[in-house]
Amino acid sequence: MIPLEWYLILAAALFCVGGYGVLSRRNAIAVLMGIELMLNAVNINLVAFWRYLEPAGATGQAFALFVYVVAAAEASVGLALTIAIWRTRSTIALEDIDLLRG
Amino acid sequence: MEILNLAWLIPLFPALAFVAVALFTHRSRALSHWMTIGGIAIAFLFAQIVFWRAVTLPVGGGEHAFESAIAPWVVAGAERLGIGVYVDPATAVMLFMVPLVCMMIFIYSVGYMNFGTDEVDPRYSRFFCYLSLFAMGMLGMVVFNNLLAFFIFWEIMGTCSYLLIGFWYDKSYPDPDRITPKEAGLKAFIVTKIGDLFFMLGLALLYAQVGSLAYRDVFNPETLDQLAHTPFLGASAATWVALLLFGGTVGKSAQFPLHVWLPDAMEGPTPVSALIHAATMVSAGVFLVVRTFPIFQVANASVLAVGGIPFVAVIGAFTAIFSSLMAVAQDDVKGVLAFSTISQLGYMVAALGIGAYVAGVFHLITHAFFKALLFLGSGSVIHGMEHGHHIIHEHAHDEHEPHGNADEHERHEEREGHAHEEHLGWFNPNDMKNMGGLAKRMPRTFWTFLIGGLALSGFPLFTAGFWSKDEILAQAYELAPAVFWTLAVAAGITAFYTMRQICLTFVGEPRTEAADHAPESVATMTVPLIVLAAFALSLGWVGIPEQFPVIGGIVPNWFHHFVISTIEAGETEHAVRVAGHLAQDSHGFVWLPLLTSVVFALGGLAVGWLVYGRNPLKAGQADPVEAAMGDVRLGWLYRAMANRFYFDEVYQTLFVRPSIWLANAFDSFDYGKDGGHGVVDGTVMLVGRFGRFASEISDWLDSNLLDGLVNLAGRAGVVLSNSFNAFDLSVIDGAVNSVADIVEGGGRSIRPIQTGKVQNYLLLASFAVLALIATFFVILFLQV
Repeated sequence: MIPLEWYLILAAALFCVGGYGVLSRRNAIAVLMGIELMLNAVNINLVAFWRYLEPAGATGQAFALFVYVVAAAEASVGLALTIAIWRTRSTIALEDIDLLRG
Repeated sequence: MEILNLAWLIPLFPALAFVAVALFTHRSRALSHWMTIGGIAIAFLFAQIVFWRAVTLPVGGGEHAFESAIAPWVVAGAERLGIGVYVDPATAVMLFMVPLVCMMIFIYSVGYMNFGTDEVDPRYSRFFCYLSLFAMGMLGMVVFNNLLAFFIFWEIMGTCSYLLIGFWYDKSYPDPDRITPKEAGLKAFIVTKIGDLFFMLGLALLYAQVGSLAYRDVFNPETLDQLAHTPFLGASAATWVALLLFGGTVGKSAQFPLHVWLPDAMEGPTPVSALIHAATMVSAGVFLVVRTFPIFQVANASVLAVGGIPFVAVIGAFTAIFSSLMAVAQDDVKGVLAFSTISQLGYMVAALGIGAYVAGVFHLITHAFFKALLFLGSGSVIHGMEHGHHIIHEHAHDEHEPHGNADEHERHEEREGHAHEEHLGWFNPNDMKNMGGLAKRMPRTFWTFLIGGLALSGFPLFTAGFWSKDEILAQAYELAPAVFWTLAVAAGITAFYTMRQICLTFVGEPRTEAADHAPESVATMTVPLIVLAAFALSLGWVGIPEQFPVIGGIVPNWFHHFVISTIEAGETEHAVRVAGHLAQDSHGFVWLPLLTSVVFALGGLAVGWLVYGRNPLKAGQADPVEAAMGDVRLGWLYRAMANRFYFDEVYQTLFVRPSIWLANAFDSFDYGKDGGHGVVDGTVMLVGRFGRFASEISDWLDSNLLDGLVNLAGRAGVVLSNSFNAFDLSVIDGAVNSVADIVEGGGRSIRPIQTGKVQNYLLLASFAVLALIATFFVILFLQV
């Protein structure tokens, strides 16, 4: 059986890939995709911990399900915002979206 | 409901008429006099109802006085006075007499005020207005049940008397010594006020002693007994109350020594003389004694008695004879009647003084009728004379100079040439020396006047005056012989001057052209004369003594039985005395007083006829009595009689002049004379000067000291506020601004952190997390 550590390493790697995408991409949709990666990395952790440490309970699965729901909601809101910005400003480049600049 | 409860309505209707005329109808003459007559006519009807009801009540005991309370009236703290009506026989007979006489006189007034002059008096409505008010006063005085109401209505009458005597207040005479209506009104008012003052004091004393002024409370036997036995200033309280109340009578009924106002009151219109100064108001004084008779009965009369005769009777008898003497020498047709009125009031007072209650009331009633008749007759005569004068005047005018000026007008008047007129310079329609022979010219006036005169003289059997006077004399004979003889002589003199007046006025040839042309008065004047004459003849028959020979007992002595019941109600010593006298009376008729009365009356009339009637006075001829007295060196006495025994002059010297002197003295004390200042005025001026000086000082202080202070304070305020302003601007504003600057600078310096780029923020957040994790491990490592 594959040891738990491998899952954790995979999840960390995925989380880092996602985080890098979020911090470095100019496109807003790419940033949203990075966020999705980070959320899935967390899900891997949750499921892995459930399977190896608490196989009797359902806590890890339930949390994973909640994360999916949150990810879906986040994706829909984020995409809607992106479309709205596109319609008003004809761009989704994050450098150009700086209305809150002091 | 007892109909006597309605007695309070009797004065109401004249009061309503007064208000209506005063406020609404005074512009319409006809409406005004109809209102007045209507008011008294309704009062007359009510009075008749009350009278007949009172007459038919069961006679005897105290049941005859009917009383009904209407309402609490004066409420002052714990003291409360109720008001209600009180109907006893005296009230009832007054209610028979007063509205009847008033109504006759009101009707007469319509004729009097309209007839004989071209222009109607501009104060016509006012005259009727006053008459209504007067009628209200008289009737109110009669019906209400306490002495306070009595006094108030009494004063209302006094006011009306003043207003009506001075009715022609703008009239003046060429003779400066002759009293003008204005002065006469004042005189009447002031002189009667002297009496009223005593009346009021009497009321105050009575109230202090009894605690009530209602007749029922005052006249019950226990109260009277208590009054009679309460010592007060050396006599009993009852004595003092009686004396003080009698003071009111002396003033109102013109008894000696306050009789001086009544002759001058004749300056008023003649209906007023008839109504107020002969029939009703002056007899109110007598009615006061009638009303308070129980107090007089229990008063200790001996305190002020003269020769065993009560003080009241002495005053009455003296007034009776003394004013009848003055009447003999009067030339003014109303003057004679005025003195005659005083004399007859003296009769009544004397009768009440000796305790002859019924006789006094009886004479009060009959006298009201025949004296009103005589006054109205004299008014008719005066009007005739004025009218006659007017006719010849017009006649002469038309004949010679239709458009003559004032001078010729004067000349014509002089050409009429009668000694008396020239002497006075104007025509006096009141002077009997200007009359004569009016019987042919004015037959209705003459016959009614004759009836009135005979009633006044006491012509036997046929006239009312005989029966009432005879009753007074009969009782005086029993109770006080001195009073009897005095009154008998006065009766003789009365008959004499009455005959003199009738002869001078109506008999012989006219002594002036005015008398020759005098017309008979209009029907509104003569009809009341005839009605009153009927009463002057017949009224005596209700009081014929039952022991009177031949005709006694044919008509029961109704009046006596009716009125005496008031006295029988109070069981007092005096009532017993009167009753005893009556018992003695029943033994048999006493002839002497009757004979004396008849002899004096007929004798007086006969002597009067011999002197004045047989040889009527010619124009310019002196009065035969004056001539005869001059022959026997009594001319001074006649002059004294003609001049009212100089009472006016004496009072003028003793009271009026000192009063004026005192007033002048006070005036000079107050105001000073000839530009100088009196003490009070000077003091006031001094105070004024001082005040002015003080205000000048304070003005100086104001403009110099106070203004300076105020300005200084103002300036200090300005300086202070300037400094505060500077402090505000520099310190406070500086502090606020520097805080704002610091905040702004800080904001500007940290502003670049906010790039608005979301990835910068995330990056920063990642580094912060990494830093926190690093810190965590460092701390963990250091602890290990």
